[in-house]
Amino acid sequence: MLSRTADNLFWLARYVERAENTARIIDAANRLAAMPIAYAGGSNEWESAVAATGALGLFKSLNREPTAENIIDFLAFSPENPSSIRSCLERARVNARTVRTALTSEMWDAINGAWLGLRDFNGASRDRMKLNEFLVYVKEASLRFDGSAYRTMIRNDVYFFSSLGTFIERADNTARILDVKYHLLLPAEESVGGGLDFFQWSSILRSVSANTAYHWVYRESLKPWLVADLLVLNDQLPRSLASCYDNICAFLDELSLAYGRQGQAQRVARSTRNRLQNASIDDVFSGGLHEFLTEFIADNGRLGQAITDQYLA
Amino acid sequence: MVVAFDEMSASRESCRPGYEILKRWLDATPPDLLSTRRAEAELLFRRIGITFAVYGDNDGEERIIPFDIIPRIITAPEWTKLSKGLEQRVKALNAFLTDIYSKGDILRAGIVPQDLIYQNPYYQPEMAGVKLAHDIYVMIAGIDIVRVDPDTFYVLEDNARTPSGVSYMLENREVMMKLFPDLFAEHRIAPVENYPDALLATLKSVAPRSAPGDPTVALLTPGPFNSAFYEHSFLADKLGIELVEGRDLQVRDNVVYMRTTEGPKRVDVLYRRLDDDFLDPLTFRPDSILGVPGLMNAYRAGNITLSNAVGTGVADDKAVYSYMPEIVRFYLGEEPILKNVPTWRCREPDALKYVLEHLDTMVVKEVAGSGGYGMLIGPAADKKTREEFGAKLRANPDDFIAQPTLALSTSPTFVDAGIAPRHVDLRPFVLSGKDKVRIVPGGLTRVALKEGSLVVNSSQGGGTKDTWVLDA
Repeated sequence: MLSRTADNLFWLARYVERAENTARIIDAANRLAAMPIAYAGGSNEWESAVAATGALGLFKSLNREPTAENIIDFLAFSPENPSSIRSCLERARVNARTVRTALTSEMWDAINGAWLGLRDFNGASRDRMKLNEFLVYVKEASLRFDGSAYRTMIRNDVYFFSSLGTFIERADNTARILDVKYHLLLPAEESVGGGLDFFQWSSILRSVSANTAYHWVYRESLKPWLVADLLVLNDQLPRSLASCYDNICAFLDELSLAYGRQGQAQRVARSTRNRLQNASIDDVFSGGLHEFLTEFIADNGRLGQAITDQYLA
Repeated sequence: MVVAFDEMSASRESCRPGYEILKRWLDATPPDLLSTRRAEAELLFRRIGITFAVYGDNDGEERIIPFDIIPRIITAPEWTKLSKGLEQRVKALNAFLTDIYSKGDILRAGIVPQDLIYQNPYYQPEMAGVKLAHDIYVMIAGIDIVRVDPDTFYVLEDNARTPSGVSYMLENREVMMKLFPDLFAEHRIAPVENYPDALLATLKSVAPRSAPGDPTVALLTPGPFNSAFYEHSFLADKLGIELVEGRDLQVRDNVVYMRTTEGPKRVDVLYRRLDDDFLDPLTFRPDSILGVPGLMNAYRAGNITLSNAVGTGVADDKAVYSYMPEIVRFYLGEEPILKNVPTWRCREPDALKYVLEHLDTMVVKEVAGSGGYGMLIGPAADKKTREEFGAKLRANPDDFIAQPTLALSTSPTFVDAGIAPRHVDLRPFVLSGKDKVRIVPGGLTRVALKEGSLVVNSSQGGGTKDTWVLDA
């Protein structure tokens, strides 16, 4: 396959995944912001939402009031934010258009349809009902893309590169969503483990649709370290870091099998997976969850670079 | 102006052969059903993403070409004559190009003036003396045909560089089959879906002699911002070949490779949809970032086939066009089957004088123009426009030819006011391989949607129709 095609596929999948995750982050922040003042009053859920997408510096540089409306617009629709949902879907479509030949018609339809429908949501950052519709719309678009890839693509390198994009982005985003908790302020009078703390953890779970999973796995009330265990180490949860890395390693192995050689990408991925397999959540917390996640995000970025160097450049 | 010949019927009651079933169906079908079908067709095209960009139009980055749901019908005897004429014409074109880039017999025989070739902007001196693998320059030709009466087809233009539009021929058929299955059941319509197979067979047949038994073919595109990008990706997909940009290719030791996830892979045939000027910055425009440095060396070394060959633009020139009947006779010793539109070469003083005196009845075109740009349609222009054009003509007579304004045939078309006649042309695609010439029955019918308009170009408000060649 052309290196450029592989690169386009890889990023196409990443943009779609990123759009969905940003939708989930907005959803979670919305939920926190909707809480009565007695539970969450005066917290900084909107700024932490921006921090979770890694774009806080950019937002600040634009000198906008950090109001809910401005931030929603920034995260969902702003062309100034290259990772806004709209930007992601637009770039996904440009990539898809460039590699039409490698996509199945269902996948193209999913992307092109999502892009065509964007114009129906102008002004949604000022209209809660419309915003909710938009977030559902984005999640469904990404489900459709994923689903059509899963159901219609031949399992060859085209599929492997696209899937690698999905899982690398998903791992990055899961880590970031979990890290939101680090950026969320607990007011001085609130204690760790108190009411607000609880709602913050629960909104994180909800934002990755893992509430039910949590209760199935742990059969306990919400505990921060168990939430982290689920999202980081539990390989049964499809978006946990451990599960993402199982998939990443599997697809990289498929590639090395198909091409008859392996390299730096396979080694970097395996070392991260081994670390996730051997860690316990106690270790993670004793070193600091935020520190662990920061390091993970950096490692994950290095893997992306290794894949680029090995196959896409 | 004379009343144009309508391909379906001369009057309300009459009907020309081939159109009987369609006419009955059109008479029986309520307009709102047609509206619904047209809306469905547009939705299908949007969904497929079959769009094009109009240069210089900022807000319309992506548009679909208007599609008319009423098909244009060509009967078997008409098609037989057309296809024979097309094959003859393209054979002559290839012989002509081979000749002017080697011995130049036709120039020495005084049939075509030398300066028309050697001073032509599309003549590529780099190609002089280069021996092509199979003496084929134009593997893919789009010959624009117009019709003025039941018996006369004219060639309006030869497109020997990178003719486009074939994706519309194929997608129009797909959409029509979805929307009107009953009409297809009632007619015997020759299929067009084998075009990609025919194209691939043609391209493989012209691979360099040094290429392996199953040569690697790739399609070179300027990229997603080109107006015809959809067609490039569509064709690459249908042919099952890689769609490459210049940056995907590299030349080492005069061999062309594409960069793949498994390392460099050799390319034997390049179906390039990039103009000569941009192909290789080392030979042509040094500022081209779309091309491949060293490509021309690989080409001259015989390690890659470019399709179409470099330098074919000479044959597109409208002054050269005017010599086509002589060119056919010179190389094939046959009478041309397809007529040329009578053409005045303004480079000849007598012709110029005549053209200037008759500007109000003539169409004047730039010899190197395309896409319907830079031309004057005398009867449609006001006095001031004609005078301005006349001045341009006098200043640079070599750049222009003139033709009488033809009453192009019309075909029933569904417009806002209902079903009405609109002028049409036809672009069949002629494929020339080492083994044989292949022509898929049909082509792209373009229709001028504006009442009375003769300009069918998509960049200027033209639309397309499905073209049905009826099986005998």
